[in-house]
Amino acid sequence: MQFKTIKEINAGLVSKKFSAEELIKYTFDLINENKDLNCFISLDEENALAKAKKIKVKKDSHLLSGIPIAQKDLFCAKGIKTTCGSKMLENFYPPYNSKVVEALDAAGSICVGKTNMDEFAMGSSNETSFFGNVHNPWKKGFVPGGSSGGAACSVAAGLVPAATGTDTGGSIRQPAALCGLTGIKPTYGRISRWGMIAFASSLDQAGPVCRTAEDCSILLDAMSGYDSRDTTSLNLDPTNTFADLSKPYENLRIGIVDEFNIDALSKESQTLFNESLKVFESLGASIHKISLPNINQSVPTYYVIAPAECSSNLSRYDGVKFGHRSLEAEDLESLYINSRSEGFGDEVKRRILIGTYVLSAGYYDAYYKKAQQVRRLIKNDYEKAFKEVDLIVSPTSPSEAFEFGSKGTQDPTELYLEDLYTISSNLAGLPALSMPHGFVNGLPVGIQLTGNYLEESMILNFANRFQQSTDFHNAKPTFEDFQ
Amino acid sequence: MNWECVIGLEAHVQLSTETKLFSRASTSFGKEPNTNVNLVDCGLPGVLPTVNKNAFYKAIRFGLAVDADINQTSLFDRKNYFYPDLPKGYQITQMELPIVSGGKVEIEIEGTKKIINLTRAHLEEDAGKSIHEGMAGTGVDLNRAGTPLLEIVSEPEISSAKEAVAYMKALHQIVTFLDVSDGNMSQGSLRCDANVSVRKKGDKELGIRTEIKNINSFRFIEKAINYEIERQIDVIESGESVTQETRLYDSIKNETRPMRSKEFANDYRYFPDPDLLPVMISNEEIEEIKATFPEMPKDKFLRYQSEFDIPKNDAQIISSSKNLATFFEECMEDAKDAKLLSNIIIGDISSLLNKENIEITDSKLSTKNVSELVNLITEGVISGKIAKTVLEETWDSGLGPVEIVESSGLKQIDDDDEIERIIDQIISEHPDQVSAYKGGKDKLFGFFVGQIMKATQGKANPASANKILKDKLDN
Repeated sequence: MQFKTIKEINAGLVSKKFSAEELIKYTFDLINENKDLNCFISLDEENALAKAKKIKVKKDSHLLSGIPIAQKDLFCAKGIKTTCGSKMLENFYPPYNSKVVEALDAAGSICVGKTNMDEFAMGSSNETSFFGNVHNPWKKGFVPGGSSGGAACSVAAGLVPAATGTDTGGSIRQPAALCGLTGIKPTYGRISRWGMIAFASSLDQAGPVCRTAEDCSILLDAMSGYDSRDTTSLNLDPTNTFADLSKPYENLRIGIVDEFNIDALSKESQTLFNESLKVFESLGASIHKISLPNINQSVPTYYVIAPAECSSNLSRYDGVKFGHRSLEAEDLESLYINSRSEGFGDEVKRRILIGTYVLSAGYYDAYYKKAQQVRRLIKNDYEKAFKEVDLIVSPTSPSEAFEFGSKGTQDPTELYLEDLYTISSNLAGLPALSMPHGFVNGLPVGIQLTGNYLEESMILNFANRFQQSTDFHNAKPTFEDFQ
Repeated sequence: MNWECVIGLEAHVQLSTETKLFSRASTSFGKEPNTNVNLVDCGLPGVLPTVNKNAFYKAIRFGLAVDADINQTSLFDRKNYFYPDLPKGYQITQMELPIVSGGKVEIEIEGTKKIINLTRAHLEEDAGKSIHEGMAGTGVDLNRAGTPLLEIVSEPEISSAKEAVAYMKALHQIVTFLDVSDGNMSQGSLRCDANVSVRKKGDKELGIRTEIKNINSFRFIEKAINYEIERQIDVIESGESVTQETRLYDSIKNETRPMRSKEFANDYRYFPDPDLLPVMISNEEIEEIKATFPEMPKDKFLRYQSEFDIPKNDAQIISSSKNLATFFEECMEDAKDAKLLSNIIIGDISSLLNKENIEITDSKLSTKNVSELVNLITEGVISGKIAKTVLEETWDSGLGPVEIVESSGLKQIDDDDEIERIIDQIISEHPDQVSAYKGGKDKLFGFFVGQIMKATQGKANPASANKILKDKLDN
């Protein structure tokens, strides 16, 4: 069952080729054989098996019934360790379930464990995790992308057919691209943030990482929907993207962003990009040049807003109530200083410092307020563009997966540029998907489709048609260098 | 040297909502530590706030009462600072766009009226409480964390400690009448920070101010401000200048002293809370709130005089207190004599309340018992004098006046024959006084009345006793 999609596994369960229990046992065998990938922080074999034993998958059961999935380790799961990839929450056992965990449990899927991630979702290579680097299944010693690196790795290695992720600046799409998978960040507010440990509240959005657009639509439909516990949750019914896969979206107009300067990419990347455009045209789409004049301000804008929000969101980790408490503390101030100094890693500290700086008196107007104004301009650019086109296409990330320690060790901003193409849809709150569209140096790369607000159905429909005419999503890593 | 002071007050009013501002945990007072607490109040990773619309409605009621602007779009901001009783590491408050802007409150000092303008009133959540007593380290009780507060900020237009108290009393009256708050100061439902500065009379520039934090009684407001004014004048007159700082009032030593600088030297890094969308209030909601506005003190004052014909002074005192007014109105459902009732409330009952320094709602007195007492007097069952004794017993025990009168034999003696017998006895025992009276010493009449009341333990019907005594002595 390794490398099978949700649809394929569901067919096996319904036809009783194997039971849910056998499937879960098999899944844990696979996970244990592949421990050196380091994609899980914790496993939950006991509960998973107990749940699998009770499940009888029938024809009319939910497609997710009995399907093993992996949860990113920032979705609170009652009684199950939820670390956010940080020493700060090394021993945190939440007393409640996040909406995403509730929803996927209710659909009948079986959570096998919690996946590794960049600490508090801050990173693009999974190298900031307190629990160690995650290998890209396509090449040992190479990053899987981040922050949902463990999630992408677990699916790319075929251990589970689907995983949840979160995307604040590209954290679903970039690892999906680097691991040869399909992942979607829905419209901001589609999926409740209740129980999802916050990095930057106005940008954070959950979403699925799967092998195909079709599987992504199954998960998205199950995860989305209004939740009164999150005031930023959109007051809409759950999405219906799976049913909409069969809808005819004819004559789509697809925009290429002038400012993204595709010519600056490597020859191989350019070739792949242009070939994909040809596939799009073969599917009846037309290609148009569009302009997003302020798009090149995305990265600096993001790196003011996200750290500002994170500096406040992470204030609750003070060693007083939960999380790491320093044993060296002598008074209240040293309790704060030592607990936070010991509990947080370098990248988290860096962003807390940036955020604290941009919000401080005297700098607020120059940084935070200005960034919010630019964010508005970027939104306006998109709103204008979507009057001319239905979807916008771009690469997902500037390059393929890279070696551990090769980027950002001297200059952290080098890694920040990984998110060049992905960040603007978070700033604007737009839905965007990455899907595999070829290989560079033997490593998968992704192409990104961004849609207008609430147009997840259109995006997934078009991606699904692309995958019906291409083969990239079926490629599997060989694990040669892992033996 | 002639000095004047400039005072601005920030009043914190705890809103009387059932649940907290951003969670559905209860706000009830005096519960075991950390029992009125849910996931949101603890600031657990992943939790999100949701807005309690009732808190908004109460804030709007206040705004309408003080003739302020209601901002139909208002925003929440985060105020960031570390403290153990602040679970999230930030307080959710309103900085940029408060729910209430402007407004005015009228005060009266020795017959002179003055308007104090308001800057704004905004919603915010209260913090928890640190507990140092009875444990090895410091404990944190989060019961209060997240309780809705309305912070009412005045313009610096208050010019004496007396005005400050009058202003706080006016606020207290508004918030209690509108059911915005229970106004219970001993439980911290109304407290204030006072910004105080002094300057030479006639100066245009404001002096350097200090802020006295968290004063929680009318008496302390007056004492703290007066102390601080004197202190600042002393500092300036000795040739130094006032330090801008936050100070605490120590009610035991009656002095203010600076807080440690670490306790307030913060850059709060305010920014809009990204977890909360702007809160929109519709015209319909505002109209609905207006429609449920209760009768205010001024209207009650007039109605009590016209409907119940009680003296102006009584109407004034009763109508100005929400608790007394409610008590009076409930008593009037059964009581047969409004004047008698108002007299008892502002007289004997008020002095009992003052003696124990409590509100009528905290006493054992019920409206049923007080109206019963009034009716016992009206029906001539007991005298006014006995009524006082009965009231005191009701006050202590909570028993009903009828029950007390019957079990203690306090019933008035109305039987003329019996009174006559007693008077005859007294006259025969005091022949000297009788002849002195008859000889023109009219004042001795009171002596005989006293003897009668002594003999009957005050139970003789005073009118009958007077009449019979007069008949006997004058004939």
